[in-house]
Amino acid sequence: MKLSTLTAAAVMVAGVAHAEMVAPTKVAFTEDGAVEASLTGKAGDAAKGAEVYGSKKLGNCVACHEITTQDVAFPGNVGPQLDGVADRWNEAELRGILVNSKMTFEGTVMPAYYKVDGFTRPGKAYTGKAADDTFGPLLSAEQIEDVIAFLMTLKEE
Amino acid sequence: MKFKAMSTIAALAITVPMWAMADPDDDVLVLNGETEMVTKTAAPAHLSDAMDEVMSGWHFRSDETQTMQADDFDNPGMVFVENAMAAWETPEGSEGKSCASCHGAPEDMAGVKPTYPKWNDGAETVYTLQMAMNDCRTKRMGAEAWGYDKGPAIEMVALMSSVSRGMPMNVAIDGPAQATWELGKELYYTRTGQLDLSCANCHEDNYGNMIRADHLSQGQVNGFPAYRLKNAKLNGVHSRFKGCVRDTRAETYKPGSAEFIALELYVSSRANGLSVEGPSVRN
Ligand code: HEC
Ligand code: HEC
Repeated sequence: MKLSTLTAAAVMVAGVAHAEMVAPTKVAFTEDGAVEASLTGKAGDAAKGAEVYGSKKLGNCVACHEITTQDVAFPGNVGPQLDGVADRWNEAELRGILVNSKMTFEGTVMPAYYKVDGFTRPGKAYTGKAADDTFGPLLSAEQIEDVIAFLMTLKEE
Repeated sequence: MKFKAMSTIAALAITVPMWAMADPDDDVLVLNGETEMVTKTAAPAHLSDAMDEVMSGWHFRSDETQTMQADDFDNPGMVFVENAMAAWETPEGSEGKSCASCHGAPEDMAGVKPTYPKWNDGAETVYTLQMAMNDCRTKRMGAEAWGYDKGPAIEMVALMSSVSRGMPMNVAIDGPAQATWELGKELYYTRTGQLDLSCANCHEDNYGNMIRADHLSQGQVNGFPAYRLKNAKLNGVHSRFKGCVRDTRAETYKPGSAEFIALELYVSSRANGLSVEGPSVRN
């Protein structure tokens, strides 16, 4: 198939532009909630991922998680510490946790970062108004892949 | 199971020293050096399968903020109570009456605040204190209704609350109010918005934890109206609800809406037994 040829090519030639994106509604999960294929068809950038992780406007993961080697004021503790998280989960599992953590952790409070449907009273960001046609996933496919690349650097063993 | 394992990790993390400070403290709130307030007590019966103890949001605030609330001279919310004392005696509307004309002194209203929201027989619906006050204004004074959670209304609620401080919250959840209470309960446990979070996710499952710099309390309303250092004014219950719903990236309900009235009744019933504290000081 033409599509898979393109995707394979994109994976092999890192940094190739216009790779095929997987839409939020098209993500395929394994039985355990993992997502095998890169959402962008290529590897993410760990440095950019660290930024997405920490930025209040982007992932805001620090609201709930702490990484002890990171110098961040007031990390939250609603979620577990992420030190050594790459020893506990592989890349596909981490991707699943980011795309929709409820597929891995039933009933979790962690938001789904790459999901656009099935919400009750979805709003337009933090305005309190109803969602409009600008509604999209919390993070882009590229940002998700960047965060995964960053999380994969969190190894202790 | 992965889900269980992770929850254990999260629970263990709380014992890390830096975070130990995040637990609610054991301080005692004595108002003006006289009145000892009930800020922790056994959860009301209807909550007993969810939690053992209910706690005022006061326990989750810094020592400085706590101290401010303990003394009327330091409590910035009391300025607004004074405004309301003046309004209490000022005739308004076509009938030439003030609140005082019918109700006497504000202190005579002690015991009213802890029972609201409550069923109103005449209107056949659940009334918040603001709705009851507006009934007086429109029907008995010939004055205009106050806007929901707007300055004059919230100041008067603060006065009504201040004269009841130390009395236990005591809203009725049975009888004709029950259907509204059920609706409020459903709203409390419904996950909303793109973050897909319910009131319970933050205030029942995670109180004591930190969401970034915010120390999550049980989200109790016994301290309302609350003077927030963040916006330097008195804040009403519905306005607080609106902010919390907005923070789930949801379309909010409006202050004064049927949903927030029901939610206020339900959340107030979770505080049954805690002392009325308003105006409280929060950040
Ligand atoms: C509102 C809170 C919240 C936010 C925001 C949040 N998480 Fe989580 N996260 C959790 C919770 C809680 C768990 C544990 C799963 C469970 O038991 O529910 C978790 C689990 C995880 C895990 C598995 C942890 C382990 O130690 O094995 C990873 C990885 C993770 N989150 C990454 C992220 C990233 C990356 C972001 C931001 C893009 C993020 N989280 C945002 C609450 C949150
Ligand atoms: C994403 C987390 C989150 C959700 C969901 C949430 N809140 Fe809150 N709420 C907070 C934070 C943070 C504060 C400020 C710190 C505190 O007092 O807990 C707060 C404060 C409050 C307060 C003030 C408590 C006091 O003592 O001053 C009330 C009342 C409240 N919330 C009720 C609710 C209700 C009702 C809902 C659901 C409609 C809700 N909250 C949903 C995070 C949340």
